[in-house]
Order: sequence, then C-alpha cells, then structure tokens
Amino acid sequence: MIQLTRDEIDYRQLTESVRSTSAGAVLVFLGTVRDLTDGRETVALDYEAYPDMAQAKMLELESRARRQWPVVDVAIVHRLGRLEPGEVSVALAVSAPHRDQAFAAGRFLIDTLKQIVPIWKKENWSDGTTDWVHPGMAGNAATGPEPGCESPL
Amino acid sequence: MIVEVRLFARARELIGSDSVALDLPQGATVAELRTRLSGEFPRIRPIAPSLLVAVGNDYVSDSTPLVEDDQVVCFPPVSGG
Repeated sequence: MIQLTRDEIDYRQLTESVRSTSAGAVLVFLGTVRDLTDGRETVALDYEAYPDMAQAKMLELESRARRQWPVVDVAIVHRLGRLEPGEVSVALAVSAPHRDQAFAAGRFLIDTLKQIVPIWKKENWSDGTTDWVHPGMAGNAATGPEPGCESPL
Repeated sequence: MIVEVRLFARARELIGSDSVALDLPQGATVAELRTRLSGEFPRIRPIAPSLLVAVGNDYVSDSTPLVEDDQVVCFPPVSGG
C-alpha cells in the first residue's frame, strides 16, 4: 500500500497490512512531528506534495527495496496538510523473513524517501515566523550536503 | 517554444505563482530553463542553483533538452518524513 492522505494515519491497520506467516520480522517506522528543533519551538508543520510524482517515487522505492531484499510486503503512507507535535507524518511498515532484512529495507525506504519523494514541510514556529525546510539549499541556514543541480539518485 | 513550469514549496512562494510559462528556444536544456527563471524572477536567484527539475515524474539533469509540452516541475530540495 502506497498512499498520500490528509487524514490521521492508522498505523495499526498499516502494520497489519504487511503481516504474513512467511514474514518473521515486521518493522514499523513512524515519522512524528517534533516539538523542538535547535531550541526553537514548533507549533505545526505544513506538508505539501507534488502528488503524482510523490506517488510514483514511493512506488519506485518499494520496487527498489524488493530488488535488494526478500521483502514480503511494504506499506508507506505519508500525510499532507497541517500537523501538530506528536502527530504521525509518515508511517512505513516492511515485512521480511528475517529481521536483518526488515531493518535494512526499512532504513533504505525512509532514508531514500527523504531524498527523492517530492514532499516538503514548512515550520510554523512559536514566535509566529515560518521557514520552509529545504535541506542543503543554497542560502539556507540549515546545514547539510550541498546537492547542486543534479537530480538525486 | 513555450514551456509551462509548475512550482512547489519555497519556489512557488518566492515567485508568487504555482506555475509560470517560459518562452525558450527549441531544444533548450534544463540549464537554460534555470537561467531564464533566475532572469525573469530575481527573487528565485538565491535558491536557483539548488532547484531540482523533473519532467513528468522523473528527475532530469541540467544537460537534458526540453521539448514543447513537457510537463516541467521545479522545486527546492525535498523534506518529507
């Protein structure tokens, strides 16, 4: 299951969707809105996506994971809209025969999602200011590798 | 040729529109699109080198030539999760 949604993510149902008698390991990752970043307080994050490409890139992530590991099933749901601290922005579940495979595939899926899936978030700080989060961007206060002009992956 | 470019996130906010139409020479590359965007919309200049460009659902590099009717999308580095 690959999905974008504006509704609360039912991560129990998401987890159930990848469970199987052939999968001895089920790994779940919940990306959660954090209240503090470098000492600044977040009131909310606004998420937006380029939906067609985001969906396509999430499907690509699943097929790449399946080529690399004996994954039984993958489910990824990303939420859009305004989220407050504590809310789940992305839920990812992956099942595999053994835990090493599930951990490795899960790590790959969330790390690569953050690099290639066209979804963005904007910080709404407690002092009323806002900042788009664009990692590594020129003229950005945020630290990180400079991606340059080339396409990621 | 007229190339329609959809914009997202901070790129959209800096330009003040969710899409722009650029008049580019036939066979213009993504690099030329980037230069034209900076020329016509000075507010985008500070982030222009970091903008990612996709045609349809696929990322393209600066050397990729564009054709009329390409579904071009331009946005800053992604931050999902």
